[in-house]
Amino acid sequence: MPHPASEAQVEDGGSASKPQRIIKLGKTTEDGDKKGTNKRVKDIELCIPIVYGTIAFYLGRKASESQSHKWTVYVRGATNEDLGAVIKHVVFQLHPSFNNPTRVVESPPFELSECGWGEFEIGISLFFHSDVCDKKLDLFHFLKLYPEDESGPQSTKKPVVMESYNEIVFPDPSECFFARVQNHPAVLVPRLPSGFTLPAPAPVENMNGKGRGDTKDHPLNHWFMNFSEADELLKLASARQQVQAHIVKLRRELSVIDGMPQPLKPASSYECT
Amino acid sequence: MDAKDILGLPKTPLPIAQEKKSRPHKDSQRKPDGISREVYALTGGVAPLMPSIDVSQLKRRPPSDEKITWQWLPFTSSARKDNLQLYHWVRVVNGVPPTGDYSFAKYNKSVDVIRYTDEEYAKYLTDPKWTKEETDQLFDLCERFDLRFIIIADRFPTPRTVEELKDRYYSASRAILVARAPSPGEVASHPLVKEPYNVTQEIERKRALSMVLSQTKHQERKDAEVLAEAKRIAESRMAARAAEEPDLPVPPDIGPESAERAIGPGDTISPSNVQVHAAAAAPSTSVIADNSSTLASLRMLKVYLRTYALEQMVQAASSSAGLRTIKRVEQTLQDLGINLKPKVPTKAVCAEHLELRKEILTLLNLQKQLQYKEAEGSSFRDGSYGDMPGTAKRSQRAVDQDRTFVPDTISFGGDRGVKREQKRKGPGRASETPSSPAGAHKRPRKMKASDL
Repeated sequence: MPHPASEAQVEDGGSASKPQRIIKLGKTTEDGDKKGTNKRVKDIELCIPIVYGTIAFYLGRKASESQSHKWTVYVRGATNEDLGAVIKHVVFQLHPSFNNPTRVVESPPFELSECGWGEFEIGISLFFHSDVCDKKLDLFHFLKLYPEDESGPQSTKKPVVMESYNEIVFPDPSECFFARVQNHPAVLVPRLPSGFTLPAPAPVENMNGKGRGDTKDHPLNHWFMNFSEADELLKLASARQQVQAHIVKLRRELSVIDGMPQPLKPASSYECT
Repeated sequence: MDAKDILGLPKTPLPIAQEKKSRPHKDSQRKPDGISREVYALTGGVAPLMPSIDVSQLKRRPPSDEKITWQWLPFTSSARKDNLQLYHWVRVVNGVPPTGDYSFAKYNKSVDVIRYTDEEYAKYLTDPKWTKEETDQLFDLCERFDLRFIIIADRFPTPRTVEELKDRYYSASRAILVARAPSPGEVASHPLVKEPYNVTQEIERKRALSMVLSQTKHQERKDAEVLAEAKRIAESRMAARAAEEPDLPVPPDIGPESAERAIGPGDTISPSNVQVHAAAAAPSTSVIADNSSTLASLRMLKVYLRTYALEQMVQAASSSAGLRTIKRVEQTLQDLGINLKPKVPTKAVCAEHLELRKEILTLLNLQKQLQYKEAEGSSFRDGSYGDMPGTAKRSQRAVDQDRTFVPDTISFGGDRGVKREQKRKGPGRASETPSSPAGAHKRPRKMKASDL
């Protein structure tokens, strides 16, 4: 992987008793806390599975012209773990017809509830802690209020749920971040190559200071969808098998044709045109 | 009348009479109020889109309670330092002439040219190339002509270039300013001090400008070509750098600002080298190159979404395929019951998805090859019957068949395959129309499962 020469490698023999102050291109360390952010963990990519989406309830009798539904937009860990260790705050960009359409949620659970009547695209910007990443990540989600099948009146009990699964990938995490989250349940750490020496694991701190940020006991959690990769893997595997079988068949047929004796080409047919 | 007879002109009173009739009709429709017809016709006879003058205002008279007279009166202007007495027409209202300074006096602006004393000259401004006399003359002219250096250069007694004059004026003024200032900090913001006049740069700049101005059309075109070439090289250099393949050569470093014409032929060779090399590489290695370059570019990002990574990899893998092929891949995926974008995009799922897509591409390529080979084979066999043009066109058509080929041959189960076969109205099959000459087939042959 192309690294500029001035980037640090993970030091062998672990302990950071005398860390080298290596300057990353374009950035200078000012205070000692930021030392860890400049050293990167090579060849390890950290992956945060998330689910983001909306749940919308029809208000029934309490509905008015301008507020027919109550909906919640959120970003949660895919297994309902606390994302606060990775995400610092989330900015939800709502339709301009809302008051203060730019809503900032400073601590987990990263969600926002509103009342309204219209469907629109919500912009979700994830901002990470300083040792994680200084770039924000943008997601978009279309708020659905009305169910697919228009049969009958809407129920106030059954909401319209739209969730999307995705994974945030950090290809080049800083040592500090890695140390902090290597045992965190929200983060997927790949199998480490042999001979890899881990930096000393830091205790899992609650970065946001408030209470727990996981969504395991979230009031809406029985509406959360389950995303299992096993189903898809199975389907993909079977599809691949079919395709591979066809490929084998075609290859056989091609070789048959190639092996066939070529009929004598009538000399005239190539002299024209 | 008689004259017309003599001249042989046709007597056509009628059309003229008609014109006379229609014109007043037209005019009575469109004659505006407030201005006469002729004036209105000046505007083209049509009302303006945005009325600039309110027509009804035009005939308005000034308020009748005021008595307006116009008088020829003397006036003074603060802009004049001499006592010249000038006169002009003045609008007098009720016997009271207007007050105030001459209205154009405020435009009499001039430049503050710094004047030095002889002492200051001796202390700060001596220069081997300038005599005191010359410098004095320069400053006089500057004040007189408000720093219009072209005029000053013209009037200057000894021949000096505009740049020399500017240089002397600005450096002298600067020196005086700095010398007079109580502390350097105070004048630091003065424009003369902040941005000193750079003679050599100015000379160079003017030379370059005149060069650009005097370029012929031919030269302009050539410049544009060279710049476009340089841009292409820079881009291909970036692409080559992103790819991790060692066998892609990196073109030589050529800055886009280089205006030298000598580059011309050298430039054209190197990018074409890169392109030829890339094209010559076998499809598999170029796919690998695309993949690894995508991977490299992904690793460069601080953070990204798994779906984004998959999109990039899919794009890289299909970069060698045309739009039609990509559509066919997607159709095949749908036939197989696979979502075009995975519902649960984990690392493993994305990897499998990507591999599946690549395999489908391979499959489609193989099908194409097979078709082609078959068509070739059959054209050889039937060659003795048809006319020569017919056979040549046939093998060409075999390639064209690609266009509407639909993978009906592969039935992946599901309803779609069956329905589609029924819907399509394909042309006749090979067994029905052997070796008929070209022209009879407007649409290419559709292959059926039984053909294989």
